[in-house]
Amino acid sequence: MIELKDLTKTFQTDDGEVHAVSDVNLTVNKGEVFGIVGFSGAGKSTLVRMLNGLETPTSGEVIINGTRIDNLGGTQLREKRRKIGMIFQHFNLLWSRTVLQNIMFPLELTNLTKNEREKKAQHLAELVGLGDRMHAYPSQLSGGQKQRVGIARALANDPDILISDEATSALDPQTTDEVLELLEDINKKLKLTIVIITHEMHVIRRLADTVAVMEDGKVIEKGSVAEVFTHPKEDLTKRFVNAEIDPTQTVDIREITKDLLQKYPDGLLVKLAFHGDQVQQPVVSEVIRKFPNLQLSILEGAIHQVADKATTIGSLYIQLLGPKDDIEKCLQFLQELRVETVVIQDEQ
Amino acid sequence: MNNSTGFASYFQFKNVNWPNLEAAAWETIWMTVVAVVIVAIFGLLLGLLLFETRNSNSPLIKALNWIVSAFVNIFRSIPFIILIVLLLNFTQILVGSITGPKAAIPSLVFSAAPFYARLVEIAFREVDAGVIEAATAMGATRWQIIYKVLIPESLPALISGITVTAISLIGYTAMAGAIGAGGLGQLAYTDGFQSYNNAITLAATVAIVIIVMIFQLIGDRAVKHVDKR
Ligand SMILES: Nc1ncnc2c1ncn2[C@@H]1O[C@H](COP(=O)(O)OP(=O)(O)OP(=O)(O)O)[C@@H](O)[C@H]1O
Ligand SMILES: [Mg+2]
Repeated sequence: MIELKDLTKTFQTDDGEVHAVSDVNLTVNKGEVFGIVGFSGAGKSTLVRMLNGLETPTSGEVIINGTRIDNLGGTQLREKRRKIGMIFQHFNLLWSRTVLQNIMFPLELTNLTKNEREKKAQHLAELVGLGDRMHAYPSQLSGGQKQRVGIARALANDPDILISDEATSALDPQTTDEVLELLEDINKKLKLTIVIITHEMHVIRRLADTVAVMEDGKVIEKGSVAEVFTHPKEDLTKRFVNAEIDPTQTVDIREITKDLLQKYPDGLLVKLAFHGDQVQQPVVSEVIRKFPNLQLSILEGAIHQVADKATTIGSLYIQLLGPKDDIEKCLQFLQELRVETVVIQDEQ
Repeated sequence: MNNSTGFASYFQFKNVNWPNLEAAAWETIWMTVVAVVIVAIFGLLLGLLLFETRNSNSPLIKALNWIVSAFVNIFRSIPFIILIVLLLNFTQILVGSITGPKAAIPSLVFSAAPFYARLVEIAFREVDAGVIEAATAMGATRWQIIYKVLIPESLPALISGITVTAISLIGYTAMAGAIGAGGLGQLAYTDGFQSYNNAITLAATVAIVIIVMIFQLIGDRAVKHVDKR
C-alpha cells in the first residue's frame, strides 16, 4: 500500500542543516492502522507530510499503490492527494463555513453536482455523529466535534489512506477515546489504511496494529503492537511502553513504595508482569496457599489490552512480609510460573 | 463684513444654499463610491500579488515581488495633493478633463489602491496556514485556495480594510475638491472659505462627518455579518 524507501528530508536553515528524516524504510499494508510514535521534533510530521507531497523528500522514494508520488507535480499530484485524507491536531477547519460546508470543501474540488455533494456531506456528518449540528459553525463546536468534522472532511473523497497527525493531542482523555473509537470504527467499516502519528502510546495501544518508533529522524524500532508492547527493545520504546502500562509512573505509588520500604525494611516489594494468558491465572492465591507464613499485600494492579485484543499485559505490585527463606522461595516459584518479577528498591 | 467674522457667523444658516449642499454631498459620495470600487479591485489584485510572490526562491518571482512592493511603497508615500498635480497629464488623457468629480478618480485610485493592497496582504497573511495546508492536502489548486480559502477566511479583515480606505478616500475627495473636483470639499473651500461664508463651511463639515459615519456603520455591520469566528 505505502512503501517508503531510504526516505530522507534535510532542511536548510540559518543554523545549518536539520536532518528531520533520515533513511527511513517502512511498509504499510492495506487496511492496517500504522502508528508512528516519537517525541516532539522526532520528524514524524515531516515523514507523513511526504506521503501526500506537502513536503518533497531530499532523497528516497514514496510509493503508494505501486506509483511513485514523490516526483509528481501539478494535476497528477492533486489527484493522488484527493485519495489521501488528512486530519490535524488543530483541526484546520474553515471558520467561515458551516459543518456541512466544511465537509463539502473537498467535494467541491471534484466534479460532483451540488446535489450530490450535499447528500454525501450529510451522510458523512451523520457517520461521524454530527447529524444534528450540520449548520453550526466551527466556533460553536467543542474540540471533539471539530475533529469529527475534520474526519468527515478527510473521508469525503473516499480516500484509500487516512493520515492523522496528532489528531487527539488537543483533546481531553475522554474525548480522545471517543475520537479513537470513531477512527477504529471507520477503519473497520471502510477498510481504510490509517497512518497515525502521536506522542501518546495510549493512542497506539488503542488503535494501531503496527508501530514504528522514531527518534532524531530515524525509525529505531518497528513491529506489531503486541510484540513491541510485550518485548520492547530500545530504551526509548521501553520508556514509551512503560509510561503507558506501568503505574509506578504515577506519583502516588512512588510515595507509597517509599513509605513501605522505610516501614518494613525486611519486606520485599515486587512488581509482577504478566503477558497473555498468565493474566488469567490465579497466581496470587497459589502463592498464598504455598507460603502460609508469608503476608502478601497488593498495592496496585493494572491490566491493558492492545489493539488486536489478543494481547493482554498486566502488572501487579505486591509486598511480601515474612521469613527471608520463604520470600526467596516465593520468588523462585513465581519464576517457575514464568511471571516476570522485578524487585523494587528504594531510589535513594 | 459683519456676517463673515466672529463665532456667530458659523451659525448663520440662512446663508447656506441647501440644494447646493445636497448636490455637493452626492458628488462626494459618488467620487468615494466609484473610487472605493476601483480601489477594492486593484488593491485586491495587488495585495494578492504581494502575498503570492512572498518568500519564493525563484529569482523571477522575487524580482516581481520587489517591483510590486516598490510601486506600492512609492505611491503610498506621495502626499495626495502632490499626486493630483503629478497625475494631471495622465488624468487629462484618461478622463478628458482635469476638473469635476470624474477627474478626481485617477488620483484617488492611485493613492488609495497601494494602501489597500498592503491591508489585503496583511489580511491574507493572517489566514491560518494550517487551513491553507489542509486545502492543499485535499488537492486544491492555487486558484481554488485563493477563492475558497484565502478570500472567505480573511473577509472580515478585507471589509474593515476597505472601510478604513473608504474613509480616508472621503478625506482625499475634500482635498481634491479644493482644486476643482467638486463635492463638499470644493463647496467648503470656494463657497465657504473664499466667500467668507463660515456657515457653509460648517454645514459641509457636518455633512462630511455624517457621510464618514455612514460608511463606518455599513463597514462594521458587514464585518459583523461575515465574521463567524
Ligand atoms: N520547514 C522546516 N524548516 C526547517 N526545519 C524544519 C521544518 N519543518 C520541520 N523542521 C525540523 O525538523 C525536525 C522534525 O520536525 P517535525 O515537525 O517533523 O517533528 P515531529 O516529530 O512532528 O514533532 P511534533 O511532535 O512536535 O509535531 C525538527 O527539528 C524541526 O525543527
Ligand atoms: Mg508534528
